[in-house]
Amino acid sequence: MERTPILQGKNLVKRYGKVTALDHCDFELYPGEILAVIGDNGAGKSTLIKAVSGAVVPDEGEVFLDGQRVDFNSPIDAREKGIETVYQTLAMSPALSIADNMFMGREIRKKGLMGKVFRQLDKAEMERLARDKLNDLGLMTIQNIRQAVETLSGGQRQGVAVARAAAFGSKVIILDEPTAALGVKESRKVLELIQDVKSRGIPIVLISHNMPHVFEIADRIHIHRLGKRLCVIDPKAFSMNDAVAFMTGAAEPPPETIPA
Amino acid sequence: MSESGSKGQDYEASLAAADSKVAEFDDEQRGFVHRLQHFLHSNPSMVPLIVLVLSTIGFGLWIDWEPIQVRMGWAALEDVSNGRFRFFNSFTLTLILQQVAIVGVLALAQTLIILTAGIDLSVGAIAVLCSVIMGQFTFRYGIPPFVSVMIGLVFGTAIGAVSGWLVSRVKLPPFIVTLGMWQIVLAANYLYSANETIRSQDIEAQAPFLQLMGYKMKLGGATLTLGVVSMLVLALVLAYALRSTAWGRHVYAVGDDPEAAELAGVNVHRTLMSVYMLAGLICAFTAWVMIGRFGSVSPSATTGVIGNIQAITAVVIGGISLFGGRGSILGALFGALIVGVFELGLRMSGADPQWTFLLIGVLIIGAVAVDQWIRKVSV
Repeated sequence: MERTPILQGKNLVKRYGKVTALDHCDFELYPGEILAVIGDNGAGKSTLIKAVSGAVVPDEGEVFLDGQRVDFNSPIDAREKGIETVYQTLAMSPALSIADNMFMGREIRKKGLMGKVFRQLDKAEMERLARDKLNDLGLMTIQNIRQAVETLSGGQRQGVAVARAAAFGSKVIILDEPTAALGVKESRKVLELIQDVKSRGIPIVLISHNMPHVFEIADRIHIHRLGKRLCVIDPKAFSMNDAVAFMTGAAEPPPETIPA
Repeated sequence: MSESGSKGQDYEASLAAADSKVAEFDDEQRGFVHRLQHFLHSNPSMVPLIVLVLSTIGFGLWIDWEPIQVRMGWAALEDVSNGRFRFFNSFTLTLILQQVAIVGVLALAQTLIILTAGIDLSVGAIAVLCSVIMGQFTFRYGIPPFVSVMIGLVFGTAIGAVSGWLVSRVKLPPFIVTLGMWQIVLAANYLYSANETIRSQDIEAQAPFLQLMGYKMKLGGATLTLGVVSMLVLALVLAYALRSTAWGRHVYAVGDDPEAAELAGVNVHRTLMSVYMLAGLICAFTAWVMIGRFGSVSPSATTGVIGNIQAITAVVIGGISLFGGRGSILGALFGALIVGVFELGLRMSGADPQWTFLLIGVLIIGAVAVDQWIRKVSV
């Protein structure tokens, strides 16, 4: 079965001084799937994700989107191609409103003279769209879309960040540790949100340390070790213990899991 | 192992019975103080506006207590030493506007910088240097005054561009950049002008255009200068730009958290450059307002030395956070007016001028304390 990966990295290398964070690493994300990326601290997961999302420019190697070679020089480049990233820090401005944050950097201007000459923003339209997107994801019953993000709880903020990515990510959504800072109930909500985004046909890359979450929602698991992809496993065929053993080097992965 | 594993994975089983409300934005009624805090959080310029209104009324009652008694019929005209309104009249109230025009315009420039979590110690010095440029270019080189004013405006913008570049590209702290720029600009001002003042009469006779901002419009006792009108219009235009354009939202986002803004797709460098250049332009415009107010061009105008502190004071009393990303530019205008009301009010009531500084100091500390309290607003 030969499928074209929607997002692919080939032979990626990234060095920081003497440290090689990515050592000829490959990466493939297929349409419609949730791919989890796991690995020990310092294995190079973050660098890998940054390399395919434009936050880091790799020293060597190539990135392909839909089979086309792409060169991202910044996250904005990747975003324009339909790749949205939810960073661990969420990248939101706490003092600004939910709607302001969702449309940061891609504001909608009013039509006609006010928009063209006076560059006035169409706040009503942005607020309406923001509310729609949050409701679409069954996210929450927001009463005041104008309230500042800093007045939201951790889970609500994460929800807004995921909704922003889902609203604009046409090709790929990358989530970096989306549940790390959340409580049990809020994590559950975010996992449901991720499933929901998947059901819309948008593939997701999920970076996480939380094994139960990874095994619950991932279709495939990319195990990263020492700067490269060690293997890709099916969560139904292996246990969490196996994954941790491969990840830490306590056990050798079976040869059939190692992609050519 | 598998058994303990499955036990471990069951830890969420009890969630089914848990309260399913995860993220709800309730608007339940809370105490008055809590609602006040929320109101002020979303309307940051209300505090200085309330202080401005209260202090105006307070000084009015104090200074005009006798005529008020007469007007209300509580006292006869013969019983009081003064039956005329001195503070509550259109001349005095518009005089306050004229007196704060210079600091008010500088405070608008300062607000832009402070919203990006910066600070500009060079605003007053830029204004003085630009006024010297406008004057000397006209009188030393015989350039038409209109062109000299334009050159001054361009020069102020260029100084802002240098500061902006050092802050944004070289990543130096704004405090250091503008501390240095303050000294450089002020020294350049003395060196270039040879500390020579251009007299008001000469300007009036040969280049009245330089004094345009001092042009007076009289409506009864009320006197408005073009400088005052410009200050008000500029404040409204900037308030609109900050509130209703993408650029304004980016200024707030950059001041709030530059890394987050960058990741969210804001061009942080371009935003910072535009802010510093615009602030430089406004400082240069202040130069023109200064010539209008003083009539003369003096390189040793006190604005060069204390203008920055006065502007920062107005901004802080105006409820704009020194940590960036919060506050309304109209607040800075109210802040400048509060200082103006205190200065004139205390002078008219015959108090020692040191009371002005003492009370301004109290206002500054009080304003920042209120700002901290508002920032603590939570769900």
